[in-house]
Amino acid sequence: MTEVSVAKEDKAATGELVVLKSVNKHFGALHVLQDIDLTIQRGEVVVVIGPSGSGKSTLCRTINRLETIDDGSITIDGKPLPAEGKELARLRADVGMVFQSFNLFAHKTVLENVTLGQVKVRKVEAKKAEEKARALLDRVGVGAQADKYPAQLSGGQQQRVAIARALAMDPKVMLFDEPTSALDPEMINEVLEVMKQLAEDGMTMIVVTHEMGFARSAANRVVFMADGRIVEEATPDQFFSNPRSDRAKDFLSKILHH
Amino acid sequence: MFDFLDKYDLLGAFWTTVQLAVLSAVGSLIWGTILAAMRVGPVPLMRGFGTAYVNIVRNIPLTVIILFASLGLNQTLGVTLGGGNDFETINFRLAVLGLILYTSSFVCEALRSGINTVPVGQAEAARALGLSFGQVLRLVVLPQAFRSSVVPLANVLIALIKNTTVAAAIGVAETALLMKEMIENEAQLLLISAVIALVFVVLTLPTGLILGWVGKKVAVKR
Repeated sequence: MTEVSVAKEDKAATGELVVLKSVNKHFGALHVLQDIDLTIQRGEVVVVIGPSGSGKSTLCRTINRLETIDDGSITIDGKPLPAEGKELARLRADVGMVFQSFNLFAHKTVLENVTLGQVKVRKVEAKKAEEKARALLDRVGVGAQADKYPAQLSGGQQQRVAIARALAMDPKVMLFDEPTSALDPEMINEVLEVMKQLAEDGMTMIVVTHEMGFARSAANRVVFMADGRIVEEATPDQFFSNPRSDRAKDFLSKILHH
Repeated sequence: MFDFLDKYDLLGAFWTTVQLAVLSAVGSLIWGTILAAMRVGPVPLMRGFGTAYVNIVRNIPLTVIILFASLGLNQTLGVTLGGGNDFETINFRLAVLGLILYTSSFVCEALRSGINTVPVGQAEAARALGLSFGQVLRLVVLPQAFRSSVVPLANVLIALIKNTTVAAAIGVAETALLMKEMIENEAQLLLISAVIALVFVVLTLPTGLILGWVGKKVAVKR
């Protein structure tokens, strides 16, 4: 009896959280995702890199169905991704998403941005939601900005608020779709620091990025995509020091030698 | 010079015009919002209905709609809208109905242009949090759309205020009907026209100015 429950806990701690099986997607004639198989373990940090147009952002967006897929299957925590309606909304609440362009709700204050989902989706009391929101905003270092509007914040601050907004839902997994690509260079690090902290705290993360430094230091695994396919999967060390595929070698030679 | 005005209930007619405008404005804002929600919604049947409604109704002259409300709905089909045998009440209500049906198609399009100013990312972020389609629209998209539609909606409202004069065609005792009566009875064409024009400018000019100011005030900063 005890053994069973221990085994169960082990599975809960290390099991497969996000599983994509032979996922295909077309944009018109363009085959943007080609037979994608990808499994993400609980607590794992997976960084997806690749040239522009390789399908990495699309891949990220299919996981909470902001993009539909043509065939294949995606399961999250053992449950297949529902197609429509309430079931899908419930699943999305468990999957945090951070966008390249922040997408904070422009007509709401920073605090309201972080409480909205808690109150309207999780049905948390307004007071508790606010407490949690303030704690999260402090954690990402923008607690002092709680009553401002997004447009009054710098890009780096906005992106940290966006991370807090996603965390407020207690997500099982966090998706980052090029979270630093729209930021001024001096603001990139403040966002990466927050993400590193999250990774150290054991959050399951799928990160699409061009930040190779982050991939080296925070990722458990690097997934390299090109032309709609996963070309290579390896640990960061293996990938950066000894890439197997020509495509990856080519890509790395172009971005690393400056 | 203005002595002749004492014989007429100008204030009463003015008040009827205001009532027509306010009731129709509220009604068409509600119905227009529902139409806009249909037109941007995911259900093809509703989208089709919204599109068809707007394209049919906004292209019919208001006079035809108001006359049909009176001759068609009331006299042929016996619709009284709870007005009993009181023709003044019935015609007033029919006029409001006609104005709502007509104006809401313009409200819908003004709102839809406002919805188009809301970046797609706003709705995506809301969906990613797990909000339902209705919540996304109600909590995130429409509040921002309304803010950027204030000025085009002010245009619709100004047009509506002036369009209330069409209610004269079915005998609603509003300002334009009074004007017709005064012109028939008095030899003061220029003066009467000027007074009536002033009545409408008093209503529409502040509407435009105030809503223009409000539009700037509530604009969403991005």
